[in-house]
Amino acid sequence: MVTTNAIHESLVKIVGKSYVSASREEKYFYARDGGLMPPHEPDFVVLPRTTEEVQEIVRLANREKIPIVPAGAGLALTGLVIPQKGGIVVDMKRMDRVLEVNEKARYVIVEGGTTQGALKSYLQKHHPHLRHSIPDAPPSATVVANAVIHGQGRLAHQHGFNSDMVSGLEVVLPTGEVCRIGSCSVSSYWFSKGPPLPDLSGLFLGWFGTTGIITKLGLKLYPCKKLRDVMVLLTDKVELVPDILLRLSHTEMVEDTVISAQPLPLRFRGTFWIMTYITGDSDEELEFKRKMVWDAVWDYFQSRDVGFISTSPEGKAPLLSMPSKDTTRFADVAKGGGFQYAGPITPIEKFPAFIRKLEEVAAKYNVFYGSTTRLIGSGHCMMFSFSFSFNRANPDEMARAKRALDECSKFALEEGAVLWKPDVDEQKMIMEKMDPNTLELMRKIKRLLDPNGIMNPGNWEMR
Amino acid sequence: MIGLKFDKTKCVDCKGVFCLTRCQYLQLDRDTARKEWQKIVDGEDSFVLEACTTCYACEEYCPFHNHPFYLIVERQEQKGILPAPRPIITMWINQCQPVGRFTVGKVDERMLSYCFLPHFNTLVKGKLFDDTAGAVVFGQEFFCNAVYLHYAHTSVITERLPQIVANIGKLGVRELICLHDECYGTFTSLAPAYGIEVPFKPVHYFEYLYNRLKGLGKTVKKLDVKAAYQRNCSSRLAPETDKLVDDIFSLIGVERVKREYDKENALCCAEIIRMGKGPALADDIQKRNIDDMVKAGAEYCVFNCPACWDALADKVARKGIKPVHIIDLCKLAIGEAQSLKLPELAVEV
Ligand SMILES: Cc1cc2nc3c(=O)[nH]c(=O)nc-3n(C[C@H](O)[C@H](O)[C@H](O)COP(=O)(O)OP(=O)(O)OC[C@H]3O[C@@H](n4cnc5c(N)ncnc54)[C@H](O)[C@@H]3O)c2cc1C
Repeated sequence: MVTTNAIHESLVKIVGKSYVSASREEKYFYARDGGLMPPHEPDFVVLPRTTEEVQEIVRLANREKIPIVPAGAGLALTGLVIPQKGGIVVDMKRMDRVLEVNEKARYVIVEGGTTQGALKSYLQKHHPHLRHSIPDAPPSATVVANAVIHGQGRLAHQHGFNSDMVSGLEVVLPTGEVCRIGSCSVSSYWFSKGPPLPDLSGLFLGWFGTTGIITKLGLKLYPCKKLRDVMVLLTDKVELVPDILLRLSHTEMVEDTVISAQPLPLRFRGTFWIMTYITGDSDEELEFKRKMVWDAVWDYFQSRDVGFISTSPEGKAPLLSMPSKDTTRFADVAKGGGFQYAGPITPIEKFPAFIRKLEEVAAKYNVFYGSTTRLIGSGHCMMFSFSFSFNRANPDEMARAKRALDECSKFALEEGAVLWKPDVDEQKMIMEKMDPNTLELMRKIKRLLDPNGIMNPGNWEMR
Repeated sequence: MIGLKFDKTKCVDCKGVFCLTRCQYLQLDRDTARKEWQKIVDGEDSFVLEACTTCYACEEYCPFHNHPFYLIVERQEQKGILPAPRPIITMWINQCQPVGRFTVGKVDERMLSYCFLPHFNTLVKGKLFDDTAGAVVFGQEFFCNAVYLHYAHTSVITERLPQIVANIGKLGVRELICLHDECYGTFTSLAPAYGIEVPFKPVHYFEYLYNRLKGLGKTVKKLDVKAAYQRNCSSRLAPETDKLVDDIFSLIGVERVKREYDKENALCCAEIIRMGKGPALADDIQKRNIDDMVKAGAEYCVFNCPACWDALADKVARKGIKPVHIIDLCKLAIGEAQSLKLPELAVEV
């Protein structure tokens, strides 16, 4: 076994002195994220600039059997970038370029650490009629990591998970080879992550960096219309929410639908706020879509069960901003900056049961709660968030929030949901419930790709 | 004893049944109006209770100041008729609940009330407010609560208003300058109609502005512009204040354009109507109103109520008319800048 110093020197040789650290401050920082998982320090933090540097780092780690954890902004909040077994954290932030936009085939190629914010401003500046599906995470969240965890953004209702929008990958395998996935493996175009070939993107998406490090990613872009509006529907009958969502989705006019439920500020208490986003190139187009939305729930409006809030342009601005700052604001409601959510992906019919569970659990553990649900696809499923905010200076409150989250996740699994970006405990819960043959297939894939088990160990660890 | 002081004998003598025959939305002949009104007075069912848009105008049309609108609202509540969807009403009731979050500036005998409208933080600036700036109350604890008239919830008003009045009284305020027209209507019409005593003198901000402009003498320059005035629902509770608009306009050289939908025939901003009756009627009202402003040659649309501003400023601007709050209009006349403006119209995509 080579010494720590020798590894440090090797890393310095690969990326240069400024981009390797084993300092206490850095280790402290990279040991944790904003959520509730216990911290664990890495031995090194390294920031590569090129695919070749990533390759060399991975080869070194594989040779020396050192754990290696690819990290974006660490905003998944479920500890997915906490180096559970130490080793090297590969912070991807320096690989932050937008490499190519193909206007005609509507895709972009970004590097492994390009942020959502950078991509958004690049498109606004250079290709204002194209957009991507922006998640409501802070803008420093990375495009690749968001796809890796199957994130959802502002086009989820129309186009599904952000990982569905991936149109090609370049991956450094755990053994150091660079591999292209999708149309780009045969052609210079990055228009498809699989079809008509076998879709190998599934070997990397959803794996939390346990099967390789993505160094480039193609992402589908969508038309960006000139005007955008939000209609805010309210109901106080939780049991109506699934049907309202189906009706909205039936219009095929809505690009994003988000449902908020929280007891504070007071105006939210006792009602469910359904934010319905529409776009158009003209006032006429918007007006037509508005009418479709009204018509979709007209009988509920007449029975007085559903209403629309009139919102001024000022009032709409925060709802229209992307990402929404409201989630981040909620995240600090308890002051002290602690926030985590369990976000099971679930059929929309579960909404009422999940809301009841959220309220019950929040009362039981005396924690502040909220929920933001996002419709994914044409009502195919939704991401329901059981969110809790807490004060980091209050360990008791943190422990209560963690117990509340665990109980919600367990409940969601029992109800038929699948946990989104699960932390290591939740991954275990999922694997216990999983079809054993599926689990075995995952185990074989993992062993094949990562024979030395160096990639983000602790995650998707199949016994 | 808090309760609506409604004198049904006054209605017996009423020849015109103006409360219903002049209604801009019902189109009733006098006989039908009389029959339906009698039903309402007697506490019986009437289609009027369902059809009411809650525009407040009948308060102004009643020659006996007998509060027909307040009676309609009482009856709606008694019968469980919801002029707007239930969740909207719940949201309003929760949002304005007094929970101890308010702002009290420098306490004085003469204070400004911002009601619960943040717009006044932007509007109240400059020389017009030199002698009152800082003496401000704002928040749920000082919120006039008249909005629940739109939602058939007089009970919320009678429950909360006495405490609101007491909160202001406790500060030792003698004169409360109401920047939200609806507060003035509440303290001068709604509260007395319900027997709620008001231990201070409500002053309409039009009167305050007029006096300030007078005081500023030669600094006031004539603007020499034509403006449409957007009357708001709550001005129907204190219609006598409408004359002050003309007084202010004449001081600052603004011509109030003659148009169909002004004065007693004014159309409201219609956003409350949108929430209660849906988009078709609201769109129609707004279109008629704005087209009328354009036809009358208005350069400006002058707003009194910030809620009307929220509803219409953007829409009048799209028709080439400049939206301005009356406070800002006065500022323009003394060489100060307009503070309440539309946000950047380009919506971020
Ligand atoms: C306030 C708030 C709001 C949020 N709203 C949303 C939302 O609306 N939609 C949504 O989808 N998410 C949301 N999130 C969750 C999360 O922040 C985002 O999904 C974000 O995109 C994660 O990106 P990241 O760079 O922070 O990922 P990280 O946490 O850094 O990484 C996530 C996973 O990806 C792996 N990974 C990182 N880079 C690579 C790579 N190059 N190759 C292979 N694996 C890699 C990591 O090892 C880890 O397992 C929100 C979070 C917060 C705090």
